[in-house]
Amino acid sequence: MKGGTSLWVGGGLVGLAVLVGVLAPWIHLTDPVLAANLMNAEIPPGREFPFGTDAQGRDIYSRIVHGARISLTVGVISQIANTLIGVTLGLTAGYWGGWWDDLVSGLTNLMLAIPSLIFALAIMAILGPGLTSLLIALGLTSWSYSCRIARAQALSLKSQGYVQAARILGYGDLRIMFTQLLPNMLGPLIVIATLGMGGAILAEATLSFLGLGIRPPYPSWGSMLSEARDQITTAPWLSVFPGLAIFFTVLGLNLLGDGLRDILDPQSVARRT
Amino acid sequence: MTTPLLEVRDLRIALDAGGRSHDAVGNVSFSIGRGETFGLVGESGCGKSITALSIMGLLRSPLSLAGGAIALDGREIQDLPAADMRRLRGKRIAMIFQEPMTALNPLSPVGRQIAEMFVLHERASWKEAWERAEDALRQVRVPSPERRVHDYPHQLSGGMRQRVMIAIALACGPDLLVADEPTTALDVTVQAEIVDLMAELCAAKGTAVLMISHDLGLVANMCERVAVMYAGRIVESQAADAIFAHPRHPYTQGLIGSLPLLSARSRHGRQKLREISGVVPSIVAYPPGCRFNPRCPAMTDICARDVPMAESLPDGGLVRCHHHG
Amino acid sequence: MLAVLVRRLLNVVPTIAAVVALVFLLFSVLPGSFISGMNEDGRTTIDPAVMERMRKEMGLDDPLAERFVKYLGRTAIGDLGTSFRTREPVTKLIADRLWPSLKLTFAAMLFAIAIGVPLGFVAALKQGSVLDTASMVGAISGLSLPKFWLGLMLMYLFALQLKWLPSFGYGDGGLRHLTLPAIALGVSPMALLARTTRAAVLDVLNADFVRTARSKGMGESRVVTWHVMRNALVLVVTTIGLQFGSLMGQAVVVEKLFSWPGVGSLLVDSVFQRDIPAVQGCILLIVFFFLAINTLIDLAYVLIDPRIRYG
Repeated sequence: MKGGTSLWVGGGLVGLAVLVGVLAPWIHLTDPVLAANLMNAEIPPGREFPFGTDAQGRDIYSRIVHGARISLTVGVISQIANTLIGVTLGLTAGYWGGWWDDLVSGLTNLMLAIPSLIFALAIMAILGPGLTSLLIALGLTSWSYSCRIARAQALSLKSQGYVQAARILGYGDLRIMFTQLLPNMLGPLIVIATLGMGGAILAEATLSFLGLGIRPPYPSWGSMLSEARDQITTAPWLSVFPGLAIFFTVLGLNLLGDGLRDILDPQSVARRT
Repeated sequence: MTTPLLEVRDLRIALDAGGRSHDAVGNVSFSIGRGETFGLVGESGCGKSITALSIMGLLRSPLSLAGGAIALDGREIQDLPAADMRRLRGKRIAMIFQEPMTALNPLSPVGRQIAEMFVLHERASWKEAWERAEDALRQVRVPSPERRVHDYPHQLSGGMRQRVMIAIALACGPDLLVADEPTTALDVTVQAEIVDLMAELCAAKGTAVLMISHDLGLVANMCERVAVMYAGRIVESQAADAIFAHPRHPYTQGLIGSLPLLSARSRHGRQKLREISGVVPSIVAYPPGCRFNPRCPAMTDICARDVPMAESLPDGGLVRCHHHG
Repeated sequence: MLAVLVRRLLNVVPTIAAVVALVFLLFSVLPGSFISGMNEDGRTTIDPAVMERMRKEMGLDDPLAERFVKYLGRTAIGDLGTSFRTREPVTKLIADRLWPSLKLTFAAMLFAIAIGVPLGFVAALKQGSVLDTASMVGAISGLSLPKFWLGLMLMYLFALQLKWLPSFGYGDGGLRHLTLPAIALGVSPMALLARTTRAAVLDVLNADFVRTARSKGMGESRVVTWHVMRNALVLVVTTIGLQFGSLMGQAVVVEKLFSWPGVGSLLVDSVFQRDIPAVQGCILLIVFFFLAINTLIDLAYVLIDPRIRYG
């Protein structure tokens, strides 16, 4: 697929998700948590309830619209945390080298060996369910990609003329790192963070589906699917729409990441897909 | 006059960039006789390598053949069906590339890469082909070829790898060898050995050579005739000794002026090397008129206006300059 | 070969030690909420007397350093402790789940390789064609699908509606029960492999030695079989290793959805039952599986790439 197409389709899907999330309180039909009404239980999609209702009679459309807020919050905040951790560790490791570099590289290998979903699951098990725990669990467990990129870039950039020149001019290490090195690696980092956001949203949905993330009655797409599972024979629409919401949001982020990579980081061949 | 082995007439190669087509190479004509060595000289980016690839029929998008004819033994080959072209490639026209490290498959023993030639073109069995590969390595003077056939490219030095490339190219006794900067990537000490080896083997087999290089000195030493290319056109072609004695085009004069002449230096002590100012224009931004005019010391109004025609020289060469002296 | 194995094992040992330490610390330094129950309302689900007995038994009141050394020692000889819940050795609990887990992981990977690699190959060779575009759109969609939702949809369609396959459970462990979970688990590595293979083949097709092969008068099909495939494989094998290694961890949610009796569902169940030794054991096994697969992949490299063999 051409880079331009990915960029526009991806950007469009992500833009739609953001718009829905921001406007949720104005475009929902009923309150996503409180508007339970057993008289309306398990109504298939139709004119009154476009995506149908669940066993407690809550409007699925309104719950999905609010779910966008949770997914996007988790995606954005966890990726900001991951990027900050990864860049700080990677930049300093690549720039300073020595024992610090060995330590950071060891830590990165360690993070790579523990599947990040399992690591997040362990943290959730300890901290208990909830949004804060989710942000901690997902924000701490997948920084190894941005760390590797930052480290590699710092290693290759630090020997270049303008960085040497800055050092001779008496710039401090931190100033060199943030004014000379960081701007040169923003492209790949943005790509990684965009793709990582999709990964975090999938992880949130997965943990919530397992009952370890956002617990009912809050309308996370993952926890909605967890409840829907038992009613799949009687009310399959409960399972369809939240899944589609996850799918299109993550697809949008992946396409956007691909498109951005073509522009911002053309050398890399599917470094992380 | 007899039919030359290779005749290139009015070759035009197009480069598609940003939805527009540019002439990367235009009006290129030359011919090479049987067993002759012909040199094509120019700075990188002047179009000499893609000229070579077009003769092999190996131009790939965004480059394509846009006009002209390439004839081998009088038979035009530029429009041959792919299968027929494939039978010519390697068998009658072979090619050596610049970078012997990347031009060989890193995961395949060199013997196998030579043996492929006999399997492809002479229907040999693999067993027979491997034995002949060993002979081919012996011919290019790789020491202990019986062991080296099993080596992988990374186990050989740059010079040895280029010998393997020569063995592959000459395996089926081609009529024409296209050598694209065969020594540029090698150590200076190895360069002479490789050139001598190529010249010797080609002379013995009667193989004609199209030698492509940025090094006018090298080409003049090895070749009988030389053409100088600049920005996609041949600006001058003459016999090798004549071009050194009487370069006609200001660009050729500049190239010769920039050569370090060892003999001259020993006579006059230190001699300052002249260089040609400016850089080769990019294909998408060729200047109007004579393409050399922005860098030419003898430039006048007409040079920026009219494209110079190729003019024949009395002793058989040609030059493309309004003011050739 | 042996040298590579030794070097690789020397690299793996510190990683394993670090993982063991991490797993210990995670559940020993911060176990408060974990032991006392994890409901937000602070309600405990365990009888205080039982908890007290458990703390004693597990030696949870001993100093941290002492417990750490004991834990390391036990783990090193393969003793993962006793399950809080079933009072069986954790090694036995895991051993019972290992075979189903391996079966699911291998089946999913087989599915991913069998479809993803050829698909990526063909897409690269027909770059820009409808087939290329379609398979790459398919691949990025596959990467964006939540596994459990895909599983749910497969279950609905093939088990509940069409009734071709059982909807969940291990059954006799045969192909009928294995198919749906293996596909749900295998789709995302398949998609990733298709993308990686395509990129790798395109990369190799642009290599100088492929141009040399063409200059020898070789037809495209021979260029591909003699010179492109193996070189592309070198690039693909890394992805296969990383995906395969992490698959047992990714399987958690699929196992849970299909009630597949693997290590993943044991992990989730143990988390809900606050069975710390079992949780620790499952995590260690999943990490160990990752490291083992990637060590094997490193050895596979030696067979494929002579630059490493002689290198």
